[in-house]
Amino acid sequence: MNRDRRLIIILSVALIFFASFAFWAGRGTMNTLTEFFYLLAIAQLWNLLAGYAGLISVGQQAWIGLGAYALLVTTDDLGLPVVIGLILAGCVAGILAFPTALLAFRLRGGYFAIGTWVIAEVFRLLVTSSTDWLGGGLGRSVPVTDLFSTPSNRITTIYIFAIVLAFGTIILTQWLMRSKVGLGLTAIRDNETAAASLGINTYRIKLLIFILCAVGTGMVGGLIALNQINIIPRSMFSVNWTAFMIFIVVIGGLGTIEGPIIGTLIFFLIREYLSNFGEWSFIVLGVIAVVMMLIAPQGLWGLVKQRVDIEIFPVRRLISAERLAGALGDDG
Amino acid sequence: MQWINTLVQGILLGGLYALYGTGLSLIFGVMRIVNLAHGDFIMLGAFMSLLVTMILGLPPLISLLIVVPVMFLVGFFLQRGILNTTIGKGLMPPLVITFGLSVIVQNVLQLGFSADSQGLDAGSLETASVTINEQLSIGIMPLITFLTAVGVLVALQIFFNRTKMGQAFRATSDDPATAELMGINSRQIYAIAMGIAFAIVAIAGVLLGIRTNFAPTDGPARLIFAFEAVIIGGLGSLWGTLAGGVILGLSQSIGAAINPAWFQLAGHVVTLVVLAVRPTGLFARTRDS
Repeated sequence: MNRDRRLIIILSVALIFFASFAFWAGRGTMNTLTEFFYLLAIAQLWNLLAGYAGLISVGQQAWIGLGAYALLVTTDDLGLPVVIGLILAGCVAGILAFPTALLAFRLRGGYFAIGTWVIAEVFRLLVTSSTDWLGGGLGRSVPVTDLFSTPSNRITTIYIFAIVLAFGTIILTQWLMRSKVGLGLTAIRDNETAAASLGINTYRIKLLIFILCAVGTGMVGGLIALNQINIIPRSMFSVNWTAFMIFIVVIGGLGTIEGPIIGTLIFFLIREYLSNFGEWSFIVLGVIAVVMMLIAPQGLWGLVKQRVDIEIFPVRRLISAERLAGALGDDG
Repeated sequence: MQWINTLVQGILLGGLYALYGTGLSLIFGVMRIVNLAHGDFIMLGAFMSLLVTMILGLPPLISLLIVVPVMFLVGFFLQRGILNTTIGKGLMPPLVITFGLSVIVQNVLQLGFSADSQGLDAGSLETASVTINEQLSIGIMPLITFLTAVGVLVALQIFFNRTKMGQAFRATSDDPATAELMGINSRQIYAIAMGIAFAIVAIAGVLLGIRTNFAPTDGPARLIFAFEAVIIGGLGSLWGTLAGGVILGLSQSIGAAINPAWFQLAGHVVTLVVLAVRPTGLFARTRDS
């Protein structure tokens, strides 16, 4: 299909372009881009969770925190290499997401949102209560000097991982939405009861998405730990992570893959300009998100799409004219 | 004997949580909206009272006469101006908007009052207590808080069951479309419901402020306690929320008595156990669907 080939070309070019930064860009550029890509990854995952599966979670910081601590334990206590640590960070988040889902899925809508928040708080308090092992409220540090030969080697490695995770989540979302799961999700979004009556196991699909998003967010959490070195429960389990995801997705466009990309760009611009103003940057982001939801709930990408017929990441199913004619012909 | 003290403190603390929960529960009951900024508006109430006491030199409890009506108006116009426009557009808009408001209110309070902890000075009332015997004495403020919670619930009960407007509330909650056919302006009902919820929030904020020190970032924890009181008690049950608040307060006090670090954790764990064993809550009346 034509549009698929175009997408593969766009993604490959973008990947090669950004990967090349590792060879020539300065530390500052790479640090900024690293942050850009991991925020993009977690925003994309929240978009998959809330925008496509309708699971509006305010507790995604649970997986950031658990991923960060899993990376710390696997690399520092168990002496495993960074790659394994990152994968295990995803696994730990994924495994704990299962009982979390069993409890949180008993709640609907807004109460589901607060329920996920409470469970994230439980994880934070449990981690904080381990003073001997995990350093309690003061946290611990990732042993970067043992893990990386040089500081620039560390920055480059983290940058590469950030690109892999960002592109990984985009490709995962694209592939999922084009698969049977995506079709099921779309049906659930449009009418959950009707979807269930057609034999779609709505519970299982939602569970699958919830766990997948936890795994991805957990891996990003591990990466954030590598990047920030000092791991403190208060900041790793901060609800601000989820606030960033929500603002990025709402500003860019919910339920599209393009939306979070645009949203992350805007988010970065606002933060760059207002970073010296502390509280103001949060207030401005909050106001933009609220106003956006009121006047253009489809986000910036939705506004663009209204004016020009463009779709970089096609997830719609198109029916070819021939097949449509054939189907109509059968009826007549 | 120490234990009896802990239990009494826990029960009285539950009154405050019942006040938190009642506002959240009322809004959900009438418009099926969950206000994620609920906790931050509790803090707004506390800071508003701080401002009134500083400027006018009034005692905190008297400041309620100003803070409650002002907060009623804030809630009323928040619903009328903003949230009413999202009705019928799904779950996402009210959640995102109230979450955005939570971040905005929190940071505005931080700009205005700094991140430091503040306290409302109620003078000798703060430490006054009734001595039952040598080991057990009950603080006057916790007692006032608990009795206020009971009073608010009784008032709501009378409002819902005995007044025309209360009937309109129940009708709108059951079926807004049919209620409109009967001549009820559901949007007006929603705005008044949010106003009443905010008035309760204001009372809770002031009582919280007298009880302990508070900071602009304390909102999310208040939202969570409100939620826990509602979940333990059961959705849609007024007196269930009081029972839920008391159970939450007891869990926290008992948890903290065993290990000071377990104060919050014990409450969360009890909530999750209730959710696992009896997801409709202990005293549920209406179902969320």
